[in-house]
Amino acid sequence: MAATTLPPTSTDATVPVQRDTTPKGLRWWRELGWRHVVTVAVLAFAFVPILYVVSSSLNPTGSLTGSNRLFSSISFDNYVELLTDPVHPYARWFVNTIVIATTTSVGTVLLGAAAAYAFSRFRFAGRRGGLLSLLLVQMFPQVLAYVAIFLLLVTLRDVFPAIGLGSQLGLILVYLGGALGVNTYLMYGFFNTVPKELDEAAKIDGASHAQIFFGIILRLVAPILAVVGLLSFVGVFSDFLIASIVLVDPDAQTLPVGLYQYVSQRFSEYWGVFAAGAVLAAIPVVLLFQFLQRYIVSGLTTGAVKG
Amino acid sequence: MTDTSTRPARTDSPAPPPGPPGRATGGSWWSRQEMTRGFWVKLVLVALVDALGVYGVLAAAALAQWGIVAFLAVALVVVNVVYFSKRMMPAKYLVPGLLFLLVYQVFVVLYTGWTAFTNYGDGHNSTQADAVEAILVQNETRLPDSPSYPLTVILSGDELGFAVVDTEGEAQVGTADEPLHRTDDATVEGGRVTAVEGWETLQFAQVLERQDEVFALRVPFSDDPNDGSVRTPDGSTGYVYVSTMEWDEAAGTITNTATGDVYTADQEVGSFVSEDGTELGTGWKVFVGLDNFTRVFSDSTLAGPFVGVLLWTFAFAILSVATTFGLGLFMAIVLNHPKVRGRKVYRSLLIVPYAFPAFLTALVWQGMLNRDFGFVNATLLGGASIPWLTDPWLAKIAVLVVNLWLGFPYMFLICTGALQSIPQEIYEAGKIDGAKPWRMFRSLTMPLLLVSTAPLLISSFAFNFNNFNVVYLLTEGGPDDLSAPVDVGATDILITFVYRLAFGGVNRQYGLACAVSILIFLIVASISAATFRKTRALEDLI
Repeated sequence: MAATTLPPTSTDATVPVQRDTTPKGLRWWRELGWRHVVTVAVLAFAFVPILYVVSSSLNPTGSLTGSNRLFSSISFDNYVELLTDPVHPYARWFVNTIVIATTTSVGTVLLGAAAAYAFSRFRFAGRRGGLLSLLLVQMFPQVLAYVAIFLLLVTLRDVFPAIGLGSQLGLILVYLGGALGVNTYLMYGFFNTVPKELDEAAKIDGASHAQIFFGIILRLVAPILAVVGLLSFVGVFSDFLIASIVLVDPDAQTLPVGLYQYVSQRFSEYWGVFAAGAVLAAIPVVLLFQFLQRYIVSGLTTGAVKG
Repeated sequence: MTDTSTRPARTDSPAPPPGPPGRATGGSWWSRQEMTRGFWVKLVLVALVDALGVYGVLAAAALAQWGIVAFLAVALVVVNVVYFSKRMMPAKYLVPGLLFLLVYQVFVVLYTGWTAFTNYGDGHNSTQADAVEAILVQNETRLPDSPSYPLTVILSGDELGFAVVDTEGEAQVGTADEPLHRTDDATVEGGRVTAVEGWETLQFAQVLERQDEVFALRVPFSDDPNDGSVRTPDGSTGYVYVSTMEWDEAAGTITNTATGDVYTADQEVGSFVSEDGTELGTGWKVFVGLDNFTRVFSDSTLAGPFVGVLLWTFAFAILSVATTFGLGLFMAIVLNHPKVRGRKVYRSLLIVPYAFPAFLTALVWQGMLNRDFGFVNATLLGGASIPWLTDPWLAKIAVLVVNLWLGFPYMFLICTGALQSIPQEIYEAGKIDGAKPWRMFRSLTMPLLLVSTAPLLISSFAFNFNNFNVVYLLTEGGPDDLSAPVDVGATDILITFVYRLAFGGVNRQYGLACAVSILIFLIVASISAATFRKTRALEDLI
C-alpha cells in the first residue's frame, strides 16, 4: 500500500513540529514542499488523458497518429463533422442520455428518499428485516441479472410495447429498480442526523405528513439528495451494459452505446471526431461535479462514515 | 409517531395486510377522507396508476401472460389499499420504490436463478410445439408433383397474404399467421381471385416492388404443420411445399421421409434425438437441473477457462481496491496539512477523473495505449512499440492502471472526510504517551480510518468484481486466448465472460450465462457477509 511509504510528519496536522535547528528552506521542504511536488505529479497522471483528448478533438488531422503532438494545431472541424454526420446521430444520443439520466436521477432521489424517511422515522414490524433484505438484494446487482432483464423486456415488449425491449422508458424503469438499496443506506444515515423534534413540532403546528416530508425534511437533507442524484445521474450516464442490451435502434441509443460503436467501427482514422464527442459528453458531468462539489464531500462523508 | 406504531405494516413482503378501506367503524369511507388539496392530488395519481394497471391487465390477459396479470392485480390492490388507508404510513413511503425493486431486481434475480437451471439459449428458446414447427419449416421443399394454384398477392395494412383458387374453383385466403381457409368475400374472375373484401390486391408492378417479402412468405396450408405451406416463386402461381420431416404427435417423433431416420423427443435435453444420437438443430427449453453448474466445473472445455477467469477476477478486484485506496489515502494525507497552500484547488482538481464519465475514460485510454499510434508509446515513451493491449500480461496491467486512474479520486474523497472526522485529541494523548508519528499512524489513524471506510472498501471490492465497463470498453476482455476451447480473453473477468456466453458469439447460452451469474453472486455475497460480520458494520448501520 502506498500509504506505508509516508514520511512521519504526514499524519499529525496538529502536533507541533519539534523545534530544530535545520535551515528554514529545508524545514519548509520537509514539512510542505514535498507535498506540492507529489501532488503535482499525481495531477499530471490525472490530467494527461484529459489534455490528450481535448487536444485530439481540436486537431484537424483527426487521426490517432496526428493527435500525438498536443495542441499542435487547433480547429473545430471535428466538432462540425461530429454534429453533421448523418450515420451517427450524436446530437440525438446526447439528448437521449441527458433525458434518461435526468429522469432516472430525479426518480431515484424521490423513491430513495421516501424509503429512507420511512426507515428513519417510523418504527414498524419488519423494519430491521427490511433494511437487511435491501442490503442482501443489493448484493446481487442488476448488472449480474442483465440476461434476465433482457428476457423480461422481450416479454414486456409484447404486452406493453412502451416499456419493453428497445424503449427508453423501459430502460428508465429498469434503472429505477435500483433506486432503493445503497442509496437508501446513504440517505438513511443522513436522515437520522436530522432531529426528530423538528417534524414533531411541525406536526403540532398542523402540518400534514406530505407537508412535513416535502416541505421540511427534503430541504434539510438536500446535500445527500444532491449526492444520490449525482451518483445516479453519472451511473446512468456511464452505463454501457444494460443500455446496449435494451436500446437497439441507433436513434434511441445513449452516448456510451453510440460512441462505443463509433470507436469499434472506425477506430484510428476518426479519432478526432470521437475525441470531440468525448469532450462534449464529459462537459455536463464535470460541470455538475464542480457545481455540487461541497455537497458531494459532505454527503459522502456524513452519510457513509460514522464519525 | 404513536399512530403508526400501533398497527405495523409488513414492508418486507409485497402485500401488506389486506383490509377493505371501508370496514372501519364510523361513517362511510368517503366521508372520512379529508378533502384537502393533497387528497385530490393523491386521488388523481392513484387513478392514473389504476388506469395504467387495468390496461396492463387487459393487454397481458389477451396475450395469456398470466404471471404479469397476477402481479399487476396484486400491485393494484396494494396501491389502492395503502394510499386510501389512514394507517400504514411507512407503506405509503415504501410502496413505490418497492414495486420497482420487486420487478427489476428481485424478480430478475429469481428469473436468473430459474434460467440457470434450464438449457435456455439459441436452439432452445421456446416450447416443443414451436420447435416442431421450426423443424418442419426448415425442411420444406417443393414436391415435384405438387399441384399449382392460381395465386393473387393481397395486402392489408402491412400484412401480406395469398388468395388462391383451389382445385374445386373456390377462393381461399391466408396469411403467414393464418392458414388458408375458404372465404365468400372474394371475387373470382377468369379462374383467379381479383378482389377480396378488406384487402388490396397487388398488381404485378407492386409485387415486383416487394418481391423479397412476397417470395419469402409462406402461408400454412392447414392447421396441421405436416400439410406444409403454399409459396410462390413468381407472384402469380402458388405451389405446395411439404416438409421432408413428418411430425407424429401421438408417438412424439419426427421422421425424415427421405432417409427414414426417426427422431424421438427427448425431454431431458430438449431436442429430437435419433437412435444414433444425432440431434435436430432446433430444440426447446427444458429444466436441466444442475447441469449448467456442473458443466462449469467438470466440462473440460469450460472448467479451465472458468478457473482462469475466476482467479483474474479476484486479482483484479483486490488489486483495484488496494491501489485506489493506497493512492487515495496517500493523497488525502499529503493534503491534510493546514499549511499547504492551494489545498482547495488541489482537492478540486484531483477529483476531476472521478467526474470524467467512466466509459469515456476506457475508450480514451484505448486510443492512448494503441501500440502503433497511441500517445503513450509514440510520445511519452519516444516511439516505443509496447503491445499494451495485445499482450496478455501488459493488458492486465493496463486495465489496472486505467482503473486506478478512475478510482483513486473517490478514495481520496472518502479518506479526506474520514481523516477530518478523527478527533485531534487522541493525537495529543498519543503524544503524551510518547508515541512517534509513524506509530500514531499505524495505531491510531489506520484503525480509526478503517472502521469508517471498511464498508466502503467492501462495496468497492464488490463493484470492481463486476466492473464491466473498464474491462469491456478497454480491451473487450481480450487479447483473446485462441487456444482456449471457448470464447475467452486474458483480461476477461467473470461478468464479461457472462456477456460473451449470453450475447457474444453465434451460440447464445442464456442458461449457462445465468448459472455463472449465480456463481458470481454467491462468491461476492459470501465474501461481503464474512467481512461485514467481522467489521460489525451491520450493527453500526441499524
